[in-house]
Amino acid sequence: MRIEVKDLAFTYSPGTPFAKRALDGIDLSIEEGDFVGILGHTGSGKSTFILHLNGLIKLQSGSIDVFDIKLVPDKKNKQDLRKLRGTVGMVFQYPEYQLFEDTVEKDVAFGPKNLGLSQEKVDRRVERAIRLVGLDFEDIRGRAPFELSGGQKRRVAIAGIIAMQPRVLVLDEPTAGLDPYGKEQILELITRLKKECSPTVIVISHDVDEITRFASRIVVFNDGKVAFDLPMNELFRRSEELAAMGLEIPRAVRIADKLRARGIDLGDVVNADDLVRAIVRKFDKNNMDETDIAKLSAAQFDFGSDEAFGGAGGEA
Amino acid sequence: MRDVSFGQYYPTGSVIHRLDPRAKIIFMLIYMVIIFFVASYCGYALVALFLFTVTAVAKIPIKTLFKSVKAILVLMIFTAVINIFFYHEGKVLVDWWIIEITLGGIDFAIKMALRISLLVMGTSLLSFTTTPVELTDAIESLLHPLTYIKVPVHDIALIMSIALRFIPGLMDETDKIMMAQKARGAEIDTGGLVKKIKAMLPVLIPLFVSAIRRADELADALDARCYNASKHRTKMKVLKFGVKDAVATLIVLVFATLILLDKYLLGGLDGYIVEFVKGLAG
Repeated sequence: MRIEVKDLAFTYSPGTPFAKRALDGIDLSIEEGDFVGILGHTGSGKSTFILHLNGLIKLQSGSIDVFDIKLVPDKKNKQDLRKLRGTVGMVFQYPEYQLFEDTVEKDVAFGPKNLGLSQEKVDRRVERAIRLVGLDFEDIRGRAPFELSGGQKRRVAIAGIIAMQPRVLVLDEPTAGLDPYGKEQILELITRLKKECSPTVIVISHDVDEITRFASRIVVFNDGKVAFDLPMNELFRRSEELAAMGLEIPRAVRIADKLRARGIDLGDVVNADDLVRAIVRKFDKNNMDETDIAKLSAAQFDFGSDEAFGGAGGEA
Repeated sequence: MRDVSFGQYYPTGSVIHRLDPRAKIIFMLIYMVIIFFVASYCGYALVALFLFTVTAVAKIPIKTLFKSVKAILVLMIFTAVINIFFYHEGKVLVDWWIIEITLGGIDFAIKMALRISLLVMGTSLLSFTTTPVELTDAIESLLHPLTYIKVPVHDIALIMSIALRFIPGLMDETDKIMMAQKARGAEIDTGGLVKKIKAMLPVLIPLFVSAIRRADELADALDARCYNASKHRTKMKVLKFGVKDAVATLIVLVFATLILLDKYLLGGLDGYIVEFVKGLAG
């Protein structure tokens, strides 16, 4: 079972002076269980692409198969669309802006109710979803979404999607506008959701350091096309191409590159975890074991992620 | 939602686009008034000729112009039907039960439909060729004399421009929220009226919340920059009435005069043409 996208093209406002080609021949196949990070700067077509995965944009040309649901242009099939929306869960940018009910419980129930589930099933899913996103169900169920903090609102919004139990979870800039601590929590949540709820996860981000932390595969969009698509641990070989597209190079890669220039070769490094590990392996005289290294690696996030490596990265 | 025809600026950079917006608003008013003085089909032909020429000069596809009529098609058909049935004058064509259709009724219905569609196309042409910002600037400038009787024209203009500035943002927001709710399985465009209204709630509530939040932020931003609507404010873009505006004024005045001549001097050119054709035939 997989998601198969073939020759997908899309133009906004075709036939007017505002016409803008957003996607231009996208071919992509995503296996069930993949953890895909989509990178690309503003206007690269990444958001337009994920809207297609949920049938929120009418297909203009090409085809999309999401597991056993087939989408082709000029096909109107409500049954398929409903099934698709139950299969692919979309968490939009700033999802907290879509909350509208007077209690958290009702808002989370909106999605599963639309799927046509029985009240009993809906209740069970709502409770499970709220617990999954790390909120206290008993405490929060009756509260108004608008009185919660920013981070809590976002969790509630994500719970609203999780409650639909999608097999594929798509998140668009899930950490936008959060402080470093809030970001860290959302990233942890995504990893947990992949394990316990939706086996296939697609995350859009423009923060390459964030994506390199968890995704196992990276797809880079540039100018409506897939610029490259590779396993995470090969990303470091493409740092020059990334820079040419105006994207940032992962900080760990930049540090490793600089060290290599000074004659210290750390091998393949993509994210901060790898970097810590590689440095420890290279210079450790006490023969630290895996758990110690993991502890050390986790410690780096206590600095507040930006200051920790900001100085060292500099110009790449 | 994006199809809502409002502020539908269609950039081509033509000379019509570059006219002084104040002049364009006044032309618009003249055009609207003059349409009600048209007395004959020849007059309507002249109005249409004028409108289509301006459209061609503005490099706007005629199809786009016709689209603006589509929105009021129902209204047009409704008025036409009402006129056919309730206007009794001239030769009776159909007389059945309580229905009486007369030649005069059909004539009046066609003229009414022409009038409405020409009106709408004319106003759309203004919005195709003038940005909302230009329009507000022009309105502020045109209303300036009212400041002498203590009307806060500048405040009104500011309110208008803020409202206009908010529209595209709110449309975008509506689009996004709709998509988000659709992704949650909401069915927004199906079902009966009550169901549709109910289905709009998940869109409307977040939309209002966000509109109020934006308004709050904007008010803070204005305050933070010590904004006040004093009369000493200067403008970045000063409107200028130039040679091309004078030429345009002349053309519009000639057009208006022709229509008035047709009505008051000739009493409608149609009659003469009918006579002429009859003369040829006989």
